[in-house]
Amino acid sequence: MSAGLLFDAPGPKARARYRVLTVIGIVLALGAAYWVVRTFASKDQLTADKWKPFLTADAWSQYLLIGLWHTIEAALVSIALASVFGLLLGVGRLSENTPIRWLSSTVVEVFRSVPVLIMMIFAFGAYTSYGVFRDDLNPLAAVVTGLTLYNGSVIAELVRSGVHGLPKGQREAGVSIGLTAAQTMRAILLPQAITAMLPAFIGQLVVILKDSALGTIITYDELLSWSRSLGSAYANTIPAYIVAALLFIAINFSLTLLARKVQERLSRRGRALPDGDGAPGAGVTTGVVGTVATAPPST
Amino acid sequence: MGDILAKYNLFAAFWMTIKLSALGAVGALLLGTLLAVMRVSPVTTLRAIGTSYVNVVRNTPLTLLMVFSILGATFTLGLSFSDQATTNAFIWACIIIAVYHAAFVCEALRSGFNTVPQGQAEAARSIGLTFAQSLSQVILPQAFRGAVAPLGSTLIALIKNSTVAAAIGVADAAGLMKTISENETGTLGVFGLFAIGFVILTLPLGLWFTSLSRRLAVKR
Repeated sequence: MSAGLLFDAPGPKARARYRVLTVIGIVLALGAAYWVVRTFASKDQLTADKWKPFLTADAWSQYLLIGLWHTIEAALVSIALASVFGLLLGVGRLSENTPIRWLSSTVVEVFRSVPVLIMMIFAFGAYTSYGVFRDDLNPLAAVVTGLTLYNGSVIAELVRSGVHGLPKGQREAGVSIGLTAAQTMRAILLPQAITAMLPAFIGQLVVILKDSALGTIITYDELLSWSRSLGSAYANTIPAYIVAALLFIAINFSLTLLARKVQERLSRRGRALPDGDGAPGAGVTTGVVGTVATAPPST
Repeated sequence: MGDILAKYNLFAAFWMTIKLSALGAVGALLLGTLLAVMRVSPVTTLRAIGTSYVNVVRNTPLTLLMVFSILGATFTLGLSFSDQATTNAFIWACIIIAVYHAAFVCEALRSGFNTVPQGQAEAARSIGLTFAQSLSQVILPQAFRGAVAPLGSTLIALIKNSTVAAAIGVADAAGLMKTISENETGTLGVFGLFAIGFVILTLPLGLWFTSLSRRLAVKR
């Protein structure tokens, strides 16, 4: 943030006030930390044998890495399918054919407003009762279905706002050199729109990774489920969850940083998506408080 | 489908979803506003606390926080709000929903701060207002009006995310959907009803927030 827009360079009085506030902040933070440590310690959660398992190879090879791989597996399959689904729907919403446009819009709006968990539970129930997939694949298939439908419609909106964000002259130029509407879309508009939506797309990966944890509710054995098993095996539930959370945070935070890097690069090249258009995840605004990513929350 | 509907109470489940969302939203708005103020404050420590909170919470799955509140906090640490398991789960679910979405409310408000032109802040400072005065009299009122649209999408996401409370046994819409899909076959119609239920909960809100953001936007 660019300091000094909301407040003046502090004088002696203000500096004294800031010092008081700093002390209050530190005291509150330390107080909270002390309370957490004391609560953990009183239940013997900080003893060495609760944390030692994480230094052994077994805890990782037999629990955490399996879970992590399943989480990543579900995320990768979902992002691949969601990209295809989203591209089709996004182009469908921009189509000049009215029925296709309406159909795509309805599909996008419906899957965006139904919670991912509800879709997963329904898909899981349907797959198991009709035996659509091999028994052990049903949970994964249900997780992928839910994630694909939801994130596909979000990506469709990204594609749409990406195309809308391009200068009008791009489409006009395409049409005026004799390309059809479809050719203009394919050869001129989409490549630029996809480049512009790249940061938001990477941000969507974070959403998918986090949402894959919902799989634990429909018995998909991803990182959260495996850390629960680890917690029961070593009788260290709390450390197991904390380590799982740290793994999630590490992956997601690096993805967020990557998205920011790509965004900066695109802005430098003047190809970033202009803000506005109300598309989810697409808005990155810069102003009085610096750069803010305004993606709506996911689970 | 009719016999399935006769056996289960859809309205009670959706009422639970509404209660979770309403309580969670109030908590998230209060905590999120506090975080946003901390993140734009002139005090480095407060800014750091706000930033760390947002970065940690935003990158953790809500499901993990939810499961932790019962298996970790209640069972292992003994932090329980009520002897009744359902009441305890409900209170924890509200708290987790509020804590999680506060990070997003904070980001929505920060994007609202960005709709306020720099001149406003400069004018406030130049007539001698302190940081607290310029924030509460000049910047925040405009920031809230500029943040209506992102706050609306945060609220809609919160309503959908409240279904995660089913992970700790709260009898909300997702919990009922799970029960039905475990015990019945041919649930496509029921799924359709749940889908319509959520469309009814979220679509009018979305439209309302869009028109609200247009009406409240500060004319510049």
